[in-house]
Amino acid sequence: MGEVIVITSGKGGVGKTTTTANIGTGLALEGKSVVLLDADIGLRNLDVVMGLENRIVYDLVDVVEKTCRLKQGLIKDKRFPNLFLMPAAQTKDKSAVTPEQMMELTKNLAEEFDYVLVDSPAGIEQGFKNAIAGASRSIVVTTPEVSAVRDADRIIGLLEANDLKNPQLLINRIKLEMVKRGDMMNIDDIVDILAIDLLGVVPDDEQIVISTNRGEPAIVDGRSLAGQAYKNIVKRILGDNLPFMSLDTDEGLIAKIARVFGFVKK
Amino acid sequence: MELFKFFGRSGGGSKDIAKDRLQLLLIHDRANVSPQFLEMMRGDLIDVISDYIEIDESGLDIKLTRTKRERDGATVPALVANIPIRKMKEKIR
Repeated sequence: MGEVIVITSGKGGVGKTTTTANIGTGLALEGKSVVLLDADIGLRNLDVVMGLENRIVYDLVDVVEKTCRLKQGLIKDKRFPNLFLMPAAQTKDKSAVTPEQMMELTKNLAEEFDYVLVDSPAGIEQGFKNAIAGASRSIVVTTPEVSAVRDADRIIGLLEANDLKNPQLLINRIKLEMVKRGDMMNIDDIVDILAIDLLGVVPDDEQIVISTNRGEPAIVDGRSLAGQAYKNIVKRILGDNLPFMSLDTDEGLIAKIARVFGFVKK
Repeated sequence: MELFKFFGRSGGGSKDIAKDRLQLLLIHDRANVSPQFLEMMRGDLIDVISDYIEIDESGLDIKLTRTKRERDGATVPALVANIPIRKMKEKIR
């Protein structure tokens, strides 16, 4: 029986879909069988981020309504050995499925796959309730902004009220330079405030825009900062007790360079 | 946690404002209570505690936050009060 993980945030635009795509691809690269489930009915995007938008025939609603079989609703990502996408419907809305149907769907998928990653829509209404329905584990994505952290806090409360204990935090788009200046909340600040376990930190990285343009998750070409950060996150999901290293090393490097050029005293 | 230390080493930029605003916001979001409610509770707590202990009222800090429950590690809401003590009141003891 596989694990169903929901990726959620409350606020829109903080990187849920990018995170789902990268973590899912990363798990597949580590040899796991993975299905990415786009629960954002009416505003689907996971297919685009994955570069699979031209291969959609059936979608999640078709599967739930039994217009097609479960397997027909899955798109195989040919670039990776064991990665599949179940796209959301684009012309329906969140009320097209119920939490009970989602529970059944994720349960069926978990029988076939090691990991079922559910990309939640923004908000706390029906779409969110659908997305968390079958999950046993949750990842809360936030950015270092007041509005995003506030919404993350609300979501954490709702997850816990729905028996999803111990949600894990992913801080996205941190800007090292701004943190250094004291103009952006740092990791400690955010972890202090939200008081949940930290899963990982992803730096703000232009490479994410480029990889989204191409439809290939940044983790595939792991040379970018964000790609490396996602690699570490994947390892932690798999149970590696990895220290928060990649950023640290890079920071060490930046600091070193800065010192060489005399920007930093010491 | 070297990383945390690194990120912790910051000046007094706008992030402190962000953090303060956020903490205040979350008190109300989490508890769904008004500032007046907290003020009333604060006043009552001071009254009760002052019967036994002389406290530094200006240094009193009461907040609603979250904490890990020891039994199972689940995150639960918590009322945290930091009450600086001046001295114990001998008479009553």
